[in-house]
Amino acid sequence: MIVVEQKPLEDIIDMVKDSDRMLVLGCDGCSGIYQVGGEKQAEVLSSMLRMGKKTKGENKEGDLKIEASTVLRQCDKEIVREALEGSIEGYDAVLSMACGAGVQTVAEVFSEKLVLPAVNTKFIGMQDREMGDLHERCSACGDCILDKTGGVCPITRCAKGLLNGPCGGQVEGKCEVGGYENDCAWILIYNKLKELEKLDQFLQFRLMRDNRISQSPRDLKGGVKYSGGGE
Amino acid sequence: MKAYSNLMQELLNGKFVFTGELEPEKTTDLTELVEGAKPLVGYAVACNVTDNPQSMAYMSSLVASYVVQRDAGMEVVYQLRCSDRNRLALTGDVLGAAALGLKNILALTGDHVSLGDNPGAKSVCDLDSALLTYMIRRMVDEGVDLAEKPIHEPPKLHVGVAVNPNADPLEAEVMKLKRKEVAGAEFAQTQVIYEMEKVDRLFEVYDQYGIKVPVIIGIFPMKNYGVADYFDKNIPGVSVPKELLETFRKVTEISDKKQRKEKYMEINLEYFENFVRDIKKSEAKGVHVMAVGYEVMVRELIGRVRGEG
Ligand code: SF4
Ligand code: SF4
Repeated sequence: MIVVEQKPLEDIIDMVKDSDRMLVLGCDGCSGIYQVGGEKQAEVLSSMLRMGKKTKGENKEGDLKIEASTVLRQCDKEIVREALEGSIEGYDAVLSMACGAGVQTVAEVFSEKLVLPAVNTKFIGMQDREMGDLHERCSACGDCILDKTGGVCPITRCAKGLLNGPCGGQVEGKCEVGGYENDCAWILIYNKLKELEKLDQFLQFRLMRDNRISQSPRDLKGGVKYSGGGE
Repeated sequence: MKAYSNLMQELLNGKFVFTGELEPEKTTDLTELVEGAKPLVGYAVACNVTDNPQSMAYMSSLVASYVVQRDAGMEVVYQLRCSDRNRLALTGDVLGAAALGLKNILALTGDHVSLGDNPGAKSVCDLDSALLTYMIRRMVDEGVDLAEKPIHEPPKLHVGVAVNPNADPLEAEVMKLKRKEVAGAEFAQTQVIYEMEKVDRLFEVYDQYGIKVPVIIGIFPMKNYGVADYFDKNIPGVSVPKELLETFRKVTEISDKKQRKEKYMEINLEYFENFVRDIKKSEAKGVHVMAVGYEVMVRELIGRVRGEG
């Protein structure tokens, strides 16, 4: 899923200082599932901002309208339109608690509104519930090579994204980046392929990538099918 | 096979080679570098010129290489990192190197930029050391760049790579060397190594994979205890043998500066003369003496061991 993290409160306060009529909009997708930007968090954030503005006393009575709401998935234009049409008129700004795709979806659907990000979008993550950790595992490169690397992604997990690792910086299986705490992706690949008796794959010299495949902005045009609520 | 460089010629002739190392720093003044290279002429067949070592933003290695070759008359091994340049910039630098008469390139991935003195820089790594090797060989042998675009007057130079005998697991490192051989590597220089067992272990695995690339073993005579201690503590994955480090430490108890200097020389020579003699008996094709700023030592050591066997 997409991993997000709420921005420091001071940054948010500064960002919304000119917006008194604002909808704090959560997302029940990734952001809500990780309890960063779901319904509850949107309510908490909106009441904090409301209180903050009130105590500052800058607003005339009745001018202030900061409310919370949430939608099923902010990264879906239809869901966003249906959920907010009719109610969004009362606000000048939307403070979105979804990932960057969600923020921009709202901004595209309601182009006349100012849409602001309340969270930082971090990465595509794998969850480790026991430790309460999230780990980056894929950077959506557009040309998956996991079949050749024992299921370990060197594009993402190797700090240099090397195709022919390990580099000289690995020490006893740990990576030079991050103080030798993270596993070296290429040693993980080596160990995995060894276990699978496929070291011949490790020995392969890999040619360079065609970086046009991951050249942003990317689109998947037409024929995208859909299931999973909100229709 | 044709040799464009003296280093390659000596390797092809089966001569045991000696290479040195020079490090341009954050300066526009290359006097010290050139002066450091001069005493090694006639001793080392070539000197590596480092490229942003440890990801420090230093003077261009290409320019420093050219000036050393021009003003000191020392052949160079121009080190080139992938960390800071994409394939266009690398192509340009290889063409530039050839135009300036440089004859050897060491293709490196390079330390990650976050380890250096501008840690917020963007890490490039469009290619890696194996791919850079491949790129250079296609430029030289086929006269095309990576996108197969023809080069007018292709470069004529050789490409070497690095290998780390301290790596654990060693097999993964040697398999990577095999890939670099497939990519076209013509020689390999190792990281610093102190023990003959490690040299032997390297060649054991090397033979297992039928690798033929000539290997030049990296050694590091240390100027004083401070250098030795720093290296021991700060270079991950290698340590100075305890006894050697202790002998160095004892020298700090000598009060006379000149005597200290002589003692360091004596210890280094004793250790490394024997070590180099042993290396000569192995499958290694040379020794890379990485004692930056310790020319007297490099010269003396090479002078003592080069003629023999
Ligand atoms: S290779 Fe890595 S980054 Fe690319 S799609 Fe597969 S997992 Fe994602
Ligand atoms: S140590 Fe391993 S993971 Fe880290 S940059 Fe080098 S090859 Fe990649």
